[in-house]
Amino acid sequence: MPVSKIDREKRAKCLAGTGVTKVFGVGNARNVAVDHVDFDFREGEIISIVGESGSGKTTLSKMILGLISVTEGEIEYQGKPRDIKSHAKKKEYWKGIQAIFQDPFSSYNMFNKIDSVLLDCINMRGGRSLPKAEKEAMMTEACSFVNLKYAELTNKYPFELSGGQMQRLMIARIFLLKPKILLADEPTSMIDACSRATILDMLLKLRDEINMTIIFITHDIGLAYYVSDMVYIMEQGKFVEVGTADEVILNPKADYTKRLISDVPKIHEEWDLSTV
Amino acid sequence: MGKIMLDVKDLKTKYVTRFHESVYAVDGVSLQIEEGKSLGIAGESGCGKSTLALSLMGYYFAPLHYMSGSITVDGMNISDMTPDQVRKNVLGNEIAYIPQAAMNALNPTQKIIRFIEDVLHAHDTKLNKKEIYDLARERFEILGLPASVLDRHAVELSGGMKQRTVIAISTILSPKVLIADEPSSALDVTSQKMVIKMMRELMEKGFIRSMIFITHELPLLYNVTDDIMVMYAGQIVEKGSAKEMVFDSLHPYTNGLMGSIIVPESGTRDVKLTAIPGTPPNLKRPPAGCRFAERCRYATAECKGMAIEMKDAGAGRTYRCRMSEAELREVYARE
Repeated sequence: MPVSKIDREKRAKCLAGTGVTKVFGVGNARNVAVDHVDFDFREGEIISIVGESGSGKTTLSKMILGLISVTEGEIEYQGKPRDIKSHAKKKEYWKGIQAIFQDPFSSYNMFNKIDSVLLDCINMRGGRSLPKAEKEAMMTEACSFVNLKYAELTNKYPFELSGGQMQRLMIARIFLLKPKILLADEPTSMIDACSRATILDMLLKLRDEINMTIIFITHDIGLAYYVSDMVYIMEQGKFVEVGTADEVILNPKADYTKRLISDVPKIHEEWDLSTV
Repeated sequence: MGKIMLDVKDLKTKYVTRFHESVYAVDGVSLQIEEGKSLGIAGESGCGKSTLALSLMGYYFAPLHYMSGSITVDGMNISDMTPDQVRKNVLGNEIAYIPQAAMNALNPTQKIIRFIEDVLHAHDTKLNKKEIYDLARERFEILGLPASVLDRHAVELSGGMKQRTVIAISTILSPKVLIADEPSSALDVTSQKMVIKMMRELMEKGFIRSMIFITHELPLLYNVTDDIMVMYAGQIVEKGSAKEMVFDSLHPYTNGLMGSIIVPESGTRDVKLTAIPGTPPNLKRPPAGCRFAERCRYATAECKGMAIEMKDAGAGRTYRCRMSEAELREVYARE
């Protein structure tokens, strides 16, 4: 069920940003990729950030993950200013935030078996000294969460799986790690439409069962509408429209949002090709 | 009925792996496309859509091998030609093909105009550089691409622009059939729309006379093509007009695919998406009975045992299922 607006205010703050800016280059090459954006993500919400290529979605997500520095502005994590100055603190922060990326084929170490991918997650969460049987039970549970059979996956290498299966295994990883926030950067753009439905349903399941906050980054406004509670529309480094999914997609106010919606093929309405 | 541009009868092709195993990726496909019509091919990854596209060109090289069947392009049988003959006489001027990652095929050290010169020279066109340039500029302008692109290198263009440039180059000889294999999958929605618009223009202005469009995005096919054909495990499972296929699908597989459509329209959020469980069968050893039986909710023991033939449902509509049209409709209505 989508989160209602009143319900939203009651939820704990998970991640918030004020005036977050990223500038690449200096002088003539100065490029403001993300320009003073404010956001407020609450616990247990699915937030979509929608925009076309080059709008700054990925730069923002990298700043949220702490992979690149923030030029200006503050990011608050769980109500306190985020501190990731030292490597140890960064590692601590990453226990709370994890990511799934666009390309499942390049997300794996191809020399390692699938078991080791999942085993690493258990070890990272302090399960190193658990008995083997218990570790296997955890891996089986994680695989069944994403509708994969653990018994069929043991001793296999990542390249033996299809794109959809690999992406599902990525979600199994997240299930084992149980971070507070999951950042999904176009997780469905490289897999076919049929597996896409499965992945989206799994994201919803993660939210419902573990109360995870999910930041979903996409260029397809249809997908954003299906999964999210809140939608942030991003154009050239700025948020042009923010609101609940129903508000933004059914009654768009910004011209840019209207354009994004018109760019997606629909089945009950005529698709107007003359607008590009 | 218009003139038939592409006529394929019972085409069978296979891949031979380096361990000498055969993978039957296209198994008995028959299709016809009339002049001015477009056909969409849908299906999951690994169902043989891209292999069918490669096979339709008649240009076979290892590991893809031709087994049987015929391909006729505007009255000319191309299935018994040697690869060299096909390259010389068919590719480019009869059939043009745009592969999935077409935009990565542009050599970064050459200007765009050089690729067009290459295409024209390969087909013995007696034009000098100036004439080629004029021809290219005219074609680019009609298709809404700036003529300045011709003097640029591929790295200077954006993804969507590169893709449109590749399409313009591959159709420069006005082929009879254009086979586009996921031309817009790697692009964002705005560039995708531009690519689609350009392909429509190619059809309307008569630069191509028929089109095969392969994608797994069903809302896109619905908006672009006249007919849709759904492939599963190397075979056609259903074929019909775009509207019938989306709103009134017969085969359980097509019905399952339609359950994964996501569009930004009110009501989308209330409908739970239905994904088809499981994965397509291994085509090294295709199942003896109905190939979809393993994943079909309505399968019985009978389905797994007998091979299913295509059935005709009238008005160009065909499907491959044990159940009759009425039975299928009844099953769907019950849910």
